[in-house]
Amino acid sequence: MSGRDVTGGDVAHASARDRRRARRHGRQRTWPAFWVFVGPFLAGLILFTFLPIVWSAVLSFFDAHNTVTPTRFVGLANYVDMLTNSDFLASLGTFSVFAVFIVPTTVAISLGLALLVHRLRFARAFFRSVFFLPAACSYVVAALIWKLSIFNGVRFGLANTVLGLFDVDQVPWLSSASPPWYWVALVTLRLWLQVGFYMVLFLAGLQRIPGELYEAAYVDGAKPGWQVFRYITLPQLRATTVAVVLLNLIAAYQAFDEFYNLMSSARGYPPFARPPLVYLYFTALGQGQDFGHGSAGAVILALLIGIVTVLQGKLFGFGRRD
Amino acid sequence: MRKPNGLSRRGVLAGAAGLVATGALAACGSNTGRGSSGGGSGPTIAQWYHQYGEAGVEQAVKRYAKAYSKANVQVQWTAGDYDTKLATALVGSGGPDVFEQSVAKVDQVRAHQLADLTDVFGAAKDDFTPAVLDAQTVDGKIYGIPQAIDMQMLFYRKSWLAKAGVSAPTTLAELASAAKKLTNKKVKGLFLGNDGGAGVLGAVPLWSIGQGYLSEDQRKVGFEAEAAAPVFAALRTMYSSGSLLLGAPADWSDPSAFTQGLTAMQWSGLWAVPVVQKALGNDFGVVAWPKGDDSGKPSVPIGAYASTVNAKSRHVDAAKAFAKWLWIDKTGYQRDFDLSYGFHIPARTSIAAKADKLSSGAGKDAVDLVQRYGKVQATPGWTSPMNTAYTDALNNIIRKGSNPESELKTAIGKIDKQLRTLYK
Repeated sequence: MSGRDVTGGDVAHASARDRRRARRHGRQRTWPAFWVFVGPFLAGLILFTFLPIVWSAVLSFFDAHNTVTPTRFVGLANYVDMLTNSDFLASLGTFSVFAVFIVPTTVAISLGLALLVHRLRFARAFFRSVFFLPAACSYVVAALIWKLSIFNGVRFGLANTVLGLFDVDQVPWLSSASPPWYWVALVTLRLWLQVGFYMVLFLAGLQRIPGELYEAAYVDGAKPGWQVFRYITLPQLRATTVAVVLLNLIAAYQAFDEFYNLMSSARGYPPFARPPLVYLYFTALGQGQDFGHGSAGAVILALLIGIVTVLQGKLFGFGRRD
Repeated sequence: MRKPNGLSRRGVLAGAAGLVATGALAACGSNTGRGSSGGGSGPTIAQWYHQYGEAGVEQAVKRYAKAYSKANVQVQWTAGDYDTKLATALVGSGGPDVFEQSVAKVDQVRAHQLADLTDVFGAAKDDFTPAVLDAQTVDGKIYGIPQAIDMQMLFYRKSWLAKAGVSAPTTLAELASAAKKLTNKKVKGLFLGNDGGAGVLGAVPLWSIGQGYLSEDQRKVGFEAEAAAPVFAALRTMYSSGSLLLGAPADWSDPSAFTQGLTAMQWSGLWAVPVVQKALGNDFGVVAWPKGDDSGKPSVPIGAYASTVNAKSRHVDAAKAFAKWLWIDKTGYQRDFDLSYGFHIPARTSIAAKADKLSSGAGKDAVDLVQRYGKVQATPGWTSPMNTAYTDALNNIIRKGSNPESELKTAIGKIDKQLRTLYK
């Protein structure tokens, strides 16, 4: 027995050892495959994302005109310059105007569309696709369509043709800063491109609300419509709404394509429609080639986005268990 | 173990690795224009051009490059924002060896981006139009070989002006009045670009009242806010009067708004003459920008793209030799480049004097305007940040209606700060 036990024990030990060895061997055999697939992307990430971020942070403490090699250490001077630069601060002001327009409007329209599509009894997939489709369009292409076909300032532009039917004179949509008609083009473009995406997020949120809650509400006497929406749907969508607001706000900070492509002319770009990324582009990557100040501005902007995100998370309890 | 379809795991992995490596290599390659299909032997040098609108120019410059035997010259034709792309490329090591730009800027020279070309001119130096050579000269050294002179002027539709009882404007007040009279439900009186001229007019309004961007020695601001404010206020009045065409599908440099009958007058350039002639025959005339007040003169901005050598090039001497060969030794190429495709004035006076296209009609009028009023707009001391400060002020005044005097004072402050940085 004991011999069998011993043998059995040996066998058990041996098989455990074999399994461990096999696992180790398996891991050893899969490591090369892992690195073949992950390595190039990791290298790309380090080379094209992390290294530039670190390099940019380093450059922000140096004078670097017409060069990406640090030349003269200037300490925090670039940061002080940027924080006292009226143009950079004005660009933050432009962002604020944009965010005030775009964030609540996007949330309202995408939530409205989600509610409509969610309750559809037929062709639900068709309407979801129709509203989501613009999200697949490039900002640059959409901006060109907006600029050349819809909101050009001549009599045969789409918007002016419609106005012409009501005997309204041509409106120079993108040229006029007083009144600032260019905001109509900027806001409608982004709305068209992004409400479909956020509608899908809200749809996912709506589908997660248990039907029993509505049934219980009706049993308790809640009236279908606003009352149910106010006391059941909206609170249940809190996490989704906070996420949508957060993503919207970050996207508004990063606005570049539609501003640049709609507002630039052959010889320049107006200062009154210059959000932070466009301003930093002209400072660092445009003909300004001032990488020291540009990098300081980028760091300030990144910190600002981080602070706003954290504050918003604290305020609305993003990520907190319901 | 080999799979039934004949692909082993190792084979799949190797293939995937190969694909990834190929993709990574393709993605990493920055296109500097250097390739393998050049015409000559010797080093391979990259030459950059911005995109010219005239048909045939691209083929012509590639033909010149192919004819050069001492180096393998690869031409890169750049559509879109050439100036920004060039500025970015010159910062790194992947920039072109030879490239064109309209002015050698002081900050580029300070950053050691431009090679000194003074020694390549020799006796030919006196044959170049002095004003455009000055635009390439910093501290007595020449950094670019001018290729072609371009100029801007005001096109007007003769028959439409005659019908409205308006003559070609000679003062800013006349221009505003003519624009108003020529405006009706279908046609606007004047097109100065989709931004109302804020971007393109540049120094022109200052010249029209006897001022300029910078002082003669390029070290001080050349205009005063109080004196310059009225002319910009007049531009704002014109902008808000409803007589300017705004938001045209093509901007000021393209004459299509003028040829399609969207506007009676348009600010554009010499290059547009062939297209306008083809569309309107002789029913158009050209004049200079009218004077702003009695202290100013009619204004004609001129500029010239010049061939420049990247000081960081690995083949500086070869690049200099090629630039000399192309734009100094081979005078026939400059004649072909300037006169066979579009409409440019050759930078060399000996070639310009023999140009038939410039001896009659609108071409002759344009040359006369250049000789009487032509001034180089972009000078070496006028850097990009200064230009941004100035055009920001113009945008705010003309398009937003901001106070001209305070906007110009802000611009002067920024320009002055730049000047102090440059000459500290």
